Amino acid sequence: MKCKVCREPAVLEIRRHHAVFCAAHFFEHMTRQVERTIHDFDMLQPTDRLLLGVSGGKDSLALWDILTDLGYTVDGVYLELGIGGEAGYSSESLKLAAQYAKNRDLNLKVVDLAEAYGYTIPEAAAETRRVACSVCGLSKRYILNKEALDGGYDVLVMGHNLDDEAATLMANTLNWNVEYIGRQQPVLPATKEGLVRKVKPLLRIAERETAAYCVLKGIDYEVDECPMVGGNTGIRIKEWLNILESQRPGAKQQFLFGFLDRVSDQFATAQQEQVELEECSNCGQPTTAGECAFCRLQVRMSSRG
Amino acid sequence: MKVILRNPRRELDIEGNATVKEVLRRLEIIPETVLVIREGELLLKTDRVGEADTIELRPVISGGCR
Repeated sequence: MKCKVCREPAVLEIRRHHAVFCAAHFFEHMTRQVERTIHDFDMLQPTDRLLLGVSGGKDSLALWDILTDLGYTVDGVYLELGIGGEAGYSSESLKLAAQYAKNRDLNLKVVDLAEAYGYTIPEAAAETRRVACSVCGLSKRYILNKEALDGGYDVLVMGHNLDDEAATLMANTLNWNVEYIGRQQPVLPATKEGLVRKVKPLLRIAERETAAYCVLKGIDYEVDECPMVGGNTGIRIKEWLNILESQRPGAKQQFLFGFLDRVSDQFATAQQEQVELEECSNCGQPTTAGECAFCRLQVRMSSRG
Repeated sequence: MKVILRNPRRELDIEGNATVKEVLRRLEIIPETVLVIREGELLLKTDRVGEADTIELRPVISGGCR
């Protein structure tokens, strides 16, 4: 197969775009897709100070690379979650994130969950008897927002890709979880004091493409799956969507962008009417009522025997 | 050919030559869920894999909280 732009030998096919690219034109395509997403959803201003949540995986490292090449100033923050013990999953992911930051002379702040907040994700999952992804998501959302706020950043950038967003939308649609559907936006504005604007510039890019980007650019990323992810619903939904995609290329993009372009406004309005945020009685962060879920988790973890 | 799979890491031997598309079909792997890599190079579905080749089928699906 030949690159659709230059007719040189191709390295990657993107079926939903009816396109095959050589490496150089694939990089150009990725950059254009990110630029287009930033522009269409009015995500960033050139002078914004950006903080990127970096996991050491393909999405955050590819996004860091693309945004830096586009001229944005992007610092990274890595949360050491304590998964897998010494030389385990979290340590390995940190090593890869730190290596990338060093190679490109970028700033990476490391927040150690155990040191800063007194617990690890495996401990919190065991104590609360909740699935690890649930306590992990709660911790990440809170701490990343706090890091952006305390660091004076204008925008918190996240590496959610097309597959992530389509799978989340599918999961929430299957349950008709109207409140969550209403919150699923490419840009989450800072609606309350204490919240930092949050954006997802990889929205048009499938995860196979961020993985290919890293391989072709020689960016080492964490390939192994988180050992605590077993039985995660999100992964199963991604598999279903990929079966659909293989039979009907473009299905995921059509599902997500059809929602964003045509109906998301109606859900957003419904969600705003339902949810009134107030300050957490402990930390002051916006929450639906009383003490926020993160503070409740911290109290529970610190009162362990 | 030798086929390296991840999560968990394991190896398979498949006899003969085949295109990437045929290898994935034989292993019942959806093409959208993996990259196929030989000696650091990405392969397309039409590329042919030889008897003596080693290929990695690298999963691209990440899970967990995002």
